[in-house]
Amino acid sequence: MLLIPCPYCGERPELEFVYGGQAHIARPADAGALSDEEWAEYLYMRDNPKGPHAERWRHTHGCGRFFNVVRDTANDTILAAYLSGQPRPPKSTGGAPR
Amino acid sequence: MQTFSAISLFRQGLVGQRGWSPQWRSPEPKAEYDAVIIGGGGHGLAAAYYLAKQHGLRNIAVLEKGWIGGGNTGRNTTIIRSNYLFDESAALYDHALKLWEGLSQTLNYNVMFSQRGVLMLAHTVHDVQVFQRHIHANRANGVDNEWLTAEAAKAFCPPLNITSNIRYPVLGGALQRRGGTARHDAVAWGYARAADALGVDILQNCEVTGIERDAAGAVVGVETSRGRIRTRKVGVSAAGHTSVVLGMAGVRLPLESYPLQALVSEPVKPVFPCVVMSNTIHAYISQSDKGELVIGAGTDIYTSYTQRGGLHINTHTLDAICELFPRFRRLRMLRNWGGIVDVTPDRSPILGKTPVAGLYVNCGWGTGGFKATPGAGHLLAWTMAKDEPHPINAPFTIERFRDGYLIDEAAAAAVAH
Repeated sequence: MLLIPCPYCGERPELEFVYGGQAHIARPADAGALSDEEWAEYLYMRDNPKGPHAERWRHTHGCGRFFNVVRDTANDTILAAYLSGQPRPPKSTGGAPR
Repeated sequence: MQTFSAISLFRQGLVGQRGWSPQWRSPEPKAEYDAVIIGGGGHGLAAAYYLAKQHGLRNIAVLEKGWIGGGNTGRNTTIIRSNYLFDESAALYDHALKLWEGLSQTLNYNVMFSQRGVLMLAHTVHDVQVFQRHIHANRANGVDNEWLTAEAAKAFCPPLNITSNIRYPVLGGALQRRGGTARHDAVAWGYARAADALGVDILQNCEVTGIERDAAGAVVGVETSRGRIRTRKVGVSAAGHTSVVLGMAGVRLPLESYPLQALVSEPVKPVFPCVVMSNTIHAYISQSDKGELVIGAGTDIYTSYTQRGGLHINTHTLDAICELFPRFRRLRMLRNWGGIVDVTPDRSPILGKTPVAGLYVNCGWGTGGFKATPGAGHLLAWTMAKDEPHPINAPFTIERFRDGYLIDEAAAAAVAH
């Protein structure tokens, strides 16, 4: 079970959270102007990297707030946690396996 | 290839079983192949077999970064069924089920396919209505599926608890009698042996590190941990790692890779006659011929490539198993493991061409790829050989997400999600 560092509450077990998928996907400002490819990219295409991945989590059974985490999907090491709306931290690009 | 038969077994008995040869070769990679399959699981080995058997190609390699059948082929719960809702899905999965029905004879290899029946339990009024809809849709598509009352379900599967005092009482179930299980390792080994006999090179410990393309963008080769291999046809059948492999050719896919766990109990005498699935309370169970109860669950909630997950997922599954089958409460669990499944937004696979010439993909089977093994291999081979999809896999394109033709088994599936 992951131990997830909520920026508001501190480290809590994964059971208190729900996963929100890839982070930093902005809803297009003018959806009607998009091509079919661009709309499919927004709705369906995902990075799915084997390595550091910026993703959203929501602390449903705690503060109830969304935030972002960078986690290495090759070993599940959590590299960074930061508030929604903030940019991805620059140093969160690699991590040692634990 | 040494043919397996009662006579060959008898003859080997006379010489102390010392005359058997390895079931497939371990060749060195050649410089060039007519076709290369990336991924030596059941799907990839089956594709190589059908390419050689039905399409006349002989110079084929299967590239496997680990050992054959060591990924999801060896990690699943071996359930086979075809009672999917939509016409496209029913055609796809029943195509595979029909191939399963003759597979041991086709391969001269006992894959231990056992049509013991797959019973899917309904626990709510909504479940009952959904399953009734499935049954009618299946029967219209020529796929067997029938409704059992709770009492009939108990008669079919005596360990089942149909009392009304459990949290999610059993209201009935949908039974596909043609469904069942197979021995997953034997499927990989049987296809490997049969493909090898047709000249297919099975290259294990051979990890693909790059896909080479010419100026026009077409595939001309692959870079591997065992050297460069020239080829103009590459079929990718890499399950959870599909995004990584196709990323080497610049192809983006609507996939997310999740850990899916399973576990087995200590072996016991035959106590469980069929396969039981419950989507509502997230559990499925059958008994292997070794006697272990094989138990599976839903995926973990986050994407990962670690081939392990949280123990709480298994605990949640065992809660459901113990309530449905109280006699198993004192069984010890022997081991648990995880595999990485590639999930699409509509929970239907992607099987066909990619935007890159000479590059084909078979992915997105999510939590249910094992049942499709012969069909997926057959259709990937067809698509690679003819450079166009078979009518059965024609709807399962990448472009369906752009064009809005989803095959949305996610919302209405008979699949545990």
